[in-house]
Parts: sequence; C-alpha cells; structure tokens
Amino acid sequence: MTHTQKRIIVNNIVMMLSTLSAIIGIGFLFWILGVLILNGVDALSWNIFSQEGAPPGYEESGLKHALIGQLMIVGVATFFGVPLGILAGTYLSEYGQQSKLAETIRDISDIMMSAPSIVIGAFVYAVVVAPMGHFSGWAGSIALTIIMLPIILRTTDDMLQLVPSTLREAAFALGAPKYKVIMQVVYRGAKAGILTGILLGVARVAGETAPLLFTSFNDNFLNTNMNEPMASLTVTMFNYATSPYEDWQKLGWAAAFILSMFILGLNILGRLFLLKKRGK
Amino acid sequence: MSIFIDKLFRYASRFVAMSILLLVAWIFTVLLQNSMESITALGFDFVTETKWAPNLEKFGALPAIYGSVLSTFIAMVLAVPLAIGVAIFLSELAPAKLKSPVGVSIELLAAIPSVIYGMWGLFYFVPIIRDHVGGIGISMLTAGIVLSIMILPFMAAVTRDAMNTTPDILKESAYALGGTKWDVIKDIIIPYAKAGIIGSFILALGRAIGETMAVTFVMGNVHNISLDITAPATSIPVTLANEFNEADSGLYYSSLFELSLLLLIISFTIISIAKFYFLRRKRIA
Repeated sequence: MTHTQKRIIVNNIVMMLSTLSAIIGIGFLFWILGVLILNGVDALSWNIFSQEGAPPGYEESGLKHALIGQLMIVGVATFFGVPLGILAGTYLSEYGQQSKLAETIRDISDIMMSAPSIVIGAFVYAVVVAPMGHFSGWAGSIALTIIMLPIILRTTDDMLQLVPSTLREAAFALGAPKYKVIMQVVYRGAKAGILTGILLGVARVAGETAPLLFTSFNDNFLNTNMNEPMASLTVTMFNYATSPYEDWQKLGWAAAFILSMFILGLNILGRLFLLKKRGK
Repeated sequence: MSIFIDKLFRYASRFVAMSILLLVAWIFTVLLQNSMESITALGFDFVTETKWAPNLEKFGALPAIYGSVLSTFIAMVLAVPLAIGVAIFLSELAPAKLKSPVGVSIELLAAIPSVIYGMWGLFYFVPIIRDHVGGIGISMLTAGIVLSIMILPFMAAVTRDAMNTTPDILKESAYALGGTKWDVIKDIIIPYAKAGIIGSFILALGRAIGETMAVTFVMGNVHNISLDITAPATSIPVTLANEFNEADSGLYYSSLFELSLLLLIISFTIISIAKFYFLRRKRIA
C-alpha cells in the first residue's frame, strides 16, 4: 500500500468516526427533545393553566400556582437585574474602557457566569432566608438577580463596544454631555444587541432550579405574596418528577414542556433580533 | 444641571459596576463565616474523613468530593470525543445546507435547562442502565452519562467556534499541497485552535463540576466511596440540593456551607484556568 493510499484510508476512517459521533451526539439531543415534546403535549390540558396543585389522585390539579410563581420570581429578578446590569455594562464600555478596574470586573463577571448556581442559593439562604426566618419569593428573586447580573453586564458591554466611536464623537462635537451621548446615541445604536442580551439573560435564569431550592422553596397552592414561600415551575417539576405518583409525574412533564418552550422561544427571538440587525 | 446629571450617571454606573466585585467578595465572606463552626470543629479532617452521618454529628466530605470528581471525569471522557466529532462535522464535513440548521439546534439545546436533562435521565436513562448494565440504575455512571449529554451541546458549539477561527487561507494552502481533510484538521486546524479548544473543554469541566440538577435526579445521594460505578453515590452539589433544607444542627449547616465554599473555590479555580490561561479575551481596541 502506498503512502497516499494509507492517508486516504486514515482520512476516511476519521471522517466516518466524526460523522458517527455527530449522529450519536445529535441523536441523543433529539431524543431528549422528542421525549419532552411527546410527554409534554400528552400532559397538556386546560386544567394545567386553571387549577392549582392538588394531592395526587385528584383530577382537578394543575400548575397555575407554579406558572404564576415562576412569572413573579423571574419578573422581579428581571426588574432589578436588567437596569443594574445595563448600567454596569455601560460603565465598562463607556467610562472604564480598558482600565484595570474595568478589566477586572469583566474577568470576574465572566467567571461568575459559569459559577455553580447552587452556591448562590446557599449565599442567599445565609443573608436573606436565615435572618428573615422563612423562605420567600423575594429570596428566590434575589438569587436569580445575582445570576442574571453578570450576563446582562457582559452582553451590554460587548454590544455597546460595537457602536462605532465616530457616532459618539459626532454627538460630542455637537456639544452633548456624555450621559446624553450614551442615552441618545450609544443605547440607540446598540438597541437590538441589548435586547438580545436581556432575552438571553431572562431565558438563562428562567431555567434555574438549584438556587431556588432553598430560597423561594415551594408551595403547592397559589400564592402571590412574595414574602412567603413560592412555587416555581422548576422546583415544582423537580418535586413532581421525583414523586412516585404518576399524575404528578405527568404534571412534571407538562411543566418541563412549558418551561422549555418559553426558554427556546426567548432564545429564538433573541437570535432574530440580532439577525435583523445584521441584515440592515 | 446637565453637568450634575452627567456626574450622577457616571458615579451611579461606576458604583453598580464595582458592586459586582463587592458582591463576589461578600459571597466568599458569607460562605466562609458560615463555615467557621465546621472548620474549627473538624479542621482538615473534613476533607479526608469518609463518613457522613449527620445523626452522629460526623461530617466527612470525601465521598462528595470523590463523587464530584469521578462523575465529572466520566462526563468528560464521554463528551470530549463526541464534542470533537460534532465540531469537526459542523466546521469541516457537513454540507452547507446542514451546517446552519444543525449548528443552531445544537446551540438551542445548550439553552435547555439542566433540570430537564436530569428529568429525562431519571425516566429514560435510569431504566436502561438498570436493565443492561446492572445495579438499580441510580448511580455514578448514570450521573456521568447524563452530565456528559448535558455539557455536549455547549462543548461542541464552543469547539466549533474555536475551529472556525482558523483562517481559510491556511486550510486552502494545506489542501493545495495535497492534504486530506484529516491532514488539514490534525496539522492545521487543531494546532491553530488548540488553546481555544482546550480552554472550552476546561470551561465545560468547570460548569459540569458545579452542575446540580442534571445529576441530583440520578445520583442517589449516598455518601459512600465505591469503586463500583453502578452503585448510587453523591457529589457536592447533590448533597447540597438534598440536605440543605433538612439540616437541623449548627454543625450540620456549617458543614454544608463549607461544602458550598469548597465547590465555589474549585469551580472558580477551574474556570479561571480556562479563562486566563487558554481563552485570553481578544480586546476590542
């Protein structure tokens, strides 16, 4: 066998292995997606949206409590996390720039983005839940805010840096003070990017379970008081899926389906915003 | 007036940005403070003791540390070759028509919350392991496999991005010399993108070791060091998720906080290595 033939054979083997691993990898992922959709659609019914949690065996049980709890916890986290994150990102891109302080903040936020979220839960337990003496929706929101902050901060920073500096200079030349340049020129130029960052940040925290386990805890009934333990889709899903009752497990799949569709929807929406911007 | 607002905006934004650093410092301090009781009571024995028996006030973290390390190791052994395969497929092999849809769906799968991977593992993978490998299905092995599937999309996507940074002109020159696809991959792309590829693997490792929900469903929370990977086991995040709400004594709480601190330090270190050593961010001038 000549050297060339050998190389071609080796090449074909490696290409086959790589295609095979792609098929295995992608197969697994579509298996999960398929399972999620089949079980989810099967479990969906009007009751899911109109009924609260019930003891196992009851026909009339749903996820209304978890859906509302989830929206409130994530909503409050978004309410605080987004403006704070944007403001901090603005500092990095517009004031701090390449200074040592700004670079350190960037590095620390990058690390925070991948840090284990359950540890944030333990931290919030120590500083909020323990002093208050009880679990609460607020504590869950605070944990999610902490997780969301670095994500929004870094995307805002990146997106603002993409705005050409000539635009800023033009506005400065007209005599605009810096805050006006930022608000009216830089933010406008980076609108689509910031929006994408927000959507991805919300999508990321909406799927967090670990930091909610010992902050907002759970509640099997509808509760809209943020000062009390609150149900969330993720924790409810965890409790129902690990229970031995078939109807609860079914509700768990419904929760998983609704949550995934919400998160995938946000991700797709975020991508579309960016694509539309690039298309211009 | 406008000078005042200008100043206010500058200081407010600086304050919020700096508060991130304070927050991280605060997290470390709070975890350390809450761990003090167990650090003073147990000292270094905490990480070498193999017995975790809260009713006897015995807290040894070694089984949890062992479980974290071994399950992450299994996950990496399985996920790394698959991720490289998927990345090669996506960046070099796939026809243009497939590249974008497959690539995007992999990125979207990386966004699916880990609790769903865990749930899938519990209902669909545990029975397979139980019937075909042995044990009760809830095991170290199952946790490792579910973890590997969970990190696969992230790993494949970043590895592909790293491979895609190779300039086309380098690849074309190699092809012009008569290189096969594999020659180009192993002699041009991998050497060029090495730092990025290794960095993304380490980053995935850092995420995997702190992952809670994907493994909590399928690991069993049994504090036992066993060489049999089909036996139930535990890891640091699994212990935290299962026991935090049950802790009833000061020392028990304190030990759990020490576990959190340990986990935070481990993942901070791993992620920092990935970031500072391999993935130095390209500065936008």
